[in-house]
Amino acid sequence: MTTGGRPPALVLEGVSVARGGRTVWSHGTFTVRPGAVVGVIGPNGAGKTTLFQLALGLLAPSSGRIEVLGAPPRRGNRRIGYVPQNYTAALGEAIRCRDLVTLGLTGGRFGLRPTSAAERAQVDDALRRVGALDFAERRMSELSGGQQQRVAIAQAIVDDAELLLLDEPLANLDLRNQQEIVRLLGDLHRDRDVTIMVVAHDLNPLLPVLSDAVYLLDGHPHHDEIGEVVQEELLTHLYGTPVGVVRTAQGDLFTRAAWRDPVHQQENAREAGA
Amino acid sequence: MIAALAGVEFQSNWLQVLQSPFLRNALVGGSLVAVAAGLLGYFVITRQNAFAAHALAHIGFPGATGAILVGVPVTLGLAVFCVGGGLLIGVFGRRVADREMATGTILALATALGVLFASLASANASTTTSVLFGNLLAVSDDQLVVFGAFTAAVVLALAVLARPLMFASVDPAVAEARGVPVRALGVAFVVLLALTITMAVQVVGTLLLFALVVTPAATALRLTARPVRVAAIAVGLALASVWGGLVLSTMVNLPPSFFIVTLAVLAWLVVLGVSGRRGRVATAAVPADRHHPH
Repeated sequence: MTTGGRPPALVLEGVSVARGGRTVWSHGTFTVRPGAVVGVIGPNGAGKTTLFQLALGLLAPSSGRIEVLGAPPRRGNRRIGYVPQNYTAALGEAIRCRDLVTLGLTGGRFGLRPTSAAERAQVDDALRRVGALDFAERRMSELSGGQQQRVAIAQAIVDDAELLLLDEPLANLDLRNQQEIVRLLGDLHRDRDVTIMVVAHDLNPLLPVLSDAVYLLDGHPHHDEIGEVVQEELLTHLYGTPVGVVRTAQGDLFTRAAWRDPVHQQENAREAGA
Repeated sequence: MIAALAGVEFQSNWLQVLQSPFLRNALVGGSLVAVAAGLLGYFVITRQNAFAAHALAHIGFPGATGAILVGVPVTLGLAVFCVGGGLLIGVFGRRVADREMATGTILALATALGVLFASLASANASTTTSVLFGNLLAVSDDQLVVFGAFTAAVVLALAVLARPLMFASVDPAVAEARGVPVRALGVAFVVLLALTITMAVQVVGTLLLFALVVTPAATALRLTARPVRVAAIAVGLALASVWGGLVLSTMVNLPPSFFIVTLAVLAWLVVLGVSGRRGRVATAAVPADRHHPH
């Protein structure tokens, strides 16, 4: 894939990061090419969110060098769109979807200047791209989890971000909503060649769109193409529990918990033989 | 009870009383407070600061009695304690999870100090009562000047800060990533809130302040979530409560605090009833999660 001369989306060179005196992870050296769709995986507390905070300039590395979209990380970088974990938890009745998306565009602006027609059109466009135009006038608290996630993504893309950082966007969503959000990410990536990094617990729903993965293993981040990451041995080591990888005849890839009840194992073996 | 209520008597000369200088001061002072309180209420709610707002009013109590003790204006004592208390809550309650505990603890300490100061200053019961329940009819010309300055400060500051403050209030994590100075805005907000509470305490008192700072905005938020409309409706409701309360209190010659608070709460109850019914209908009419093609 051509990168069109764009700088890498994210470069880490020998990066270590500490929090409260404790090293979260170290020896992070990898490059995320522009236009990649990257799953960020690893067990709880491995430092997946920490990686985002480094890229956003909210946290400084204790050593090493970081570059985001060709420049050192800095807070307030408008080229990055960010959807934090549990995004909607703090939001309630007090805000409409449209106003929330507008904040992504003008929320940092001091003074009373009203939102311009061009800015309103930009907000409409972002809402349309995520399929949230229908409920744009409603309050966040009135929406389902999937709808809220769409609005959050609209807020992240409203300023034409080149890099999207999504922290657990599929958490607490049912299967259909998960798939819709994944399809939306695929669309966003295809339409504007946005680089997307997604923190996820479960790789399966994301596998159709992922090109790469960053996995946090034994206190170090590693980066590889998704096909190299989805291996039984690696995933089993990563999660500390048996994980199987299945490739169907149609070429679909998915992972599964490999521990099985001995009784069911016999049934499964019979079915597989049939 | 009947005998006590017999003391409530319609004042046939209420229109004349309404035109007297002390009532003009009350009207102007109350209006200034209503504007500041109505505007800040929206942020108090979105920042989930309602308990802190309530506590700040009580933290003003030792400020008022302490001011009497050392012989400085009550407004000064109130302002110093409200701003100081707000900053302390900000320091100890950085995380939302800690805030309730920090607020409650500082609140208890302040109330204890208030009792101590009141006893040391041998402040008479009426002084304490006017701090606890407000005394709008005693607003002096000097106080009006201070009220005017405070309200102007709140309005001007909000004109500059409104948008980033809203971002930082509803969506702090993204706002911070976006470079919005979330922490500094929090401090600025507490100072504005403390100034408003300093005024509002003198209108409705520490015990009833909630009804002027939080209730109008809460009522407005039931009607709409458009920020400008919420602010306009909240200010309108606060003004109507103050004006209506003053007129009613003049008519029957009873303290205005009761009527101001009662009107604000009545408006809230009515809107709650109406929007509650409408809300259920609206929720039922719209499917929870339709498929949205994109």
